Amino acid sequence: MPLPDAERALADLADRMRGAVAFDAKFVGIYSGGAWVAQRLAQMIPGEHMLGYIDVSFYRDDFNRTGLKPALKRTEISFPVDGATIVLVDDVLYTGRSVRAAINELFDYGRPARIELAVLVDRGGRELPIEPTYAGARLAVAENISLALARAGDGALSFSAETSASKAADA
Amino acid sequence: MRNPQLDAEGRLVHLLTLEGLPAEVIVRILDAAVPFASISERDVKKVPLLRGRSVFNLFFENSTRTRTTFEIAAKRLSADVINLNIGASSTSKGETLLDTVDNLTAMNADMFVVRHAESGAPHLIAAHLNRTGRSHVHVVNAGDGRHAHPTQGLLDLFTIRHYKHDFRRLTVAIVGDVLHSRVARSLIHGLTTLGTPEVRVVGPKTLLPTAVQAMGVQVHHDMRSGIAGCDVVVMLRLQNERMKGALLPSAGEFFKHYGLTPGKLALAKPDAIVMHPGPMNRGVEIDSAVADGARSVILPQVTFGIAVRMAVMSMLAGG
Repeated sequence: MPLPDAERALADLADRMRGAVAFDAKFVGIYSGGAWVAQRLAQMIPGEHMLGYIDVSFYRDDFNRTGLKPALKRTEISFPVDGATIVLVDDVLYTGRSVRAAINELFDYGRPARIELAVLVDRGGRELPIEPTYAGARLAVAENISLALARAGDGALSFSAETSASKAADA
Repeated sequence: MRNPQLDAEGRLVHLLTLEGLPAEVIVRILDAAVPFASISERDVKKVPLLRGRSVFNLFFENSTRTRTTFEIAAKRLSADVINLNIGASSTSKGETLLDTVDNLTAMNADMFVVRHAESGAPHLIAAHLNRTGRSHVHVVNAGDGRHAHPTQGLLDLFTIRHYKHDFRRLTVAIVGDVLHSRVARSLIHGLTTLGTPEVRVVGPKTLLPTAVQAMGVQVHHDMRSGIAGCDVVVMLRLQNERMKGALLPSAGEFFKHYGLTPGKLALAKPDAIVMHPGPMNRGVEIDSAVADGARSVILPQVTFGIAVRMAVMSMLAGG
């Protein structure tokens, strides 16, 4: 399977968001890949886009099966969520479970006016009624392959694929 | 014999003591506690990790403070908390410790937080659960006799790491009634496991355990030499009831020799931090000017204690 070009998908995602996203929309990246994408989008899209970051580990629905993930990050949301327009940003949209967890966490910070969803790649395979507002690329990926975003020293983003025996983790 | 706290894959299933716990497990708990600390800073101080789980606080020995911090930690994880003041109920009717545990397990307990005056009681409960195929029910030692108080040791380690970063360059002095202190024992094991080069215990001969050197610490009977050049000074509570055993002439005499005053603290490094597990006896082991001073991190210890206990409970419950 050819891997999606992450930089190309980012440029396409930014094109779709320009003019469509509210001038003061806050960009909240889901760790870790979504955080990198949110940082890049904030530079590429005109407006005043404050940044926030979410680690969804405390809201995941698979805690009873997999336990606490290693390398937890601090959720950082330093602006008032009440009444804000928020764009949740993730690298890969798959089952939709991470997005569900992120929305739940956001509501523990306040009542946003609107939440949109921007993803670098939509790989299909949804298990929840969640759809992206903006997607950089759409492609079908086999169930046993998990896509992972990496960031090089110069900030360039790239995808790698990992084949696993079991179904890929929620992406 | 396998460490009863760990399963065959090395995962933590009970937290009984820091002695013998691998450094990577301790570091993993300390790392996990960092994001848990931020939950307590939010307006909504709750995450759904342990939703629907039942945590039983089994306190065979009174402790309002420790029980409350465990209760807050469990509630911020959305667990249901049941407080049992056992001293006043079943055991006074003759029920054995393990019968009490079996009855509560039959009520589908998921976790026991155990405080007991007898050293080894939490270990006995954990071994009983493991032996009877119920290791999915977890035990946290909240202090047993003079043996261990691992969550206090972990929160002390978390506090030291927060302010001093690298254990491998530190000198830590633990001052006072080490003999009766499970807090001191747990902290010493944690510090040595994480590679602290110099751990000192400071106190009169009557309040230091015999052969305490075997734990890898230096012994000082003189407070001034004991805290000279230290990065961290940990004061222990002098338990007033110990006075009756003729171990000490008087509280005033103890304060004169071992009480932490601004003058004695000046012998430590200029950026040394002062810790105390609480509750404090002002004017016995610590002067108010130090307890309330700029170098005191005694109240941050309390705040960090909630996060560390949330991390421990989550790691146990997540398997």
